Amino acid sequence: MHELSIVTSIVESVTETLEGYPGARVKEVRLRVGALASVERESLEFCYGIAAEGTPLEGSRLVVQVLPVVLHCEPCGLDAELDSLQSFRCPRCGKPSHDLRQGRELEIDSLEIEEMDEVEETR
Amino acid sequence: MTTRIVELRRGILKKNDELAAGLRASYAEAGVLVLNLVSSPGTGKTAFLERTLRELKARGSRVAALVGDLETDNDARRLASSGAPVRQINTHGICHLDAEMIGKHLDGWEGVALGGLDFLFIENVGNLVCPSSYDLGEGIRVALLSVTEGEDKPLKYPTLFNSADAAVITKMDIAEPCGFDRDEALKNINEIRPGIRIFETSAKTGAGMEEWLGYLAEQRAGRS
Repeated sequence: MHELSIVTSIVESVTETLEGYPGARVKEVRLRVGALASVERESLEFCYGIAAEGTPLEGSRLVVQVLPVVLHCEPCGLDAELDSLQSFRCPRCGKPSHDLRQGRELEIDSLEIEEMDEVEETR
Repeated sequence: MTTRIVELRRGILKKNDELAAGLRASYAEAGVLVLNLVSSPGTGKTAFLERTLRELKARGSRVAALVGDLETDNDARRLASSGAPVRQINTHGICHLDAEMIGKHLDGWEGVALGGLDFLFIENVGNLVCPSSYDLGEGIRVALLSVTEGEDKPLKYPTLFNSADAAVITKMDIAEPCGFDRDEALKNINEIRPGIRIFETSAKTGAGMEEWLGYLAEQRAGRS
């Protein structure tokens, strides 16, 4: 269970990015998480609320997109998605492969922020 | 109010990955092969490592080990009986080692310089989930599994086994009384990590150690 350290890193990273957007409020943080990244969506969401408290991220939503494993099969010349993590074989020819093209991602994809309009700011 | 999307595309563990890349470069410069040993608690990492250190030392290799646990320095004391320099890392509740902890413990390690080593072993915290996300800059990640744990362990923890470069089965001396199904275990490891090198060992009897030590020598020669 290292999801709390993961969300703490997210909060730090986003807070740093926000320095370039003074006064902005975070509405949503979108993640791309590979099926082999060893983190669990529910735990991330649970820990996120705790880690975001008292930071500029408080009240924002965490959206986790889970990416399936994509395996490259040399004989088939094919990149194939796996629908389970129980067997790392080409779904077409059945040959085992360790040539992963996707599935280990653990990244912040984007943020949705709300900025004050200039007119409002000058008021 | 204006809503704006800010594209980041930034690795969440970027800081760890950068530190690990720095460590990897310093290991390469020093010519030391670094191995990260990962398993559940109780697999026998320490006994296996103790025997490995002892046998490597006897063959004239220069070896050292970092060992991670939540608390206590019991493992460091056990490993030190091999005669190799050993340093304990206490994570105080954190379930894995990270690159920063490794860097800190390599710095100021009295009497140990990377350049004076052939092999550095890192015994990770006993955990089959979290260590797989944290790169320590190692050259080889070793997943260990004991005959008492069940042949389906690789299927239960695919994220760790898939990320390993070598697999070690420990406690082979008690495989029979445990009803260990060797073929099933080998099949499951290969299903999760096709093409991986597998070593069937016993730290007690020394079974399989020759092959393992041969692999270490071969890997080190192949990288220097």
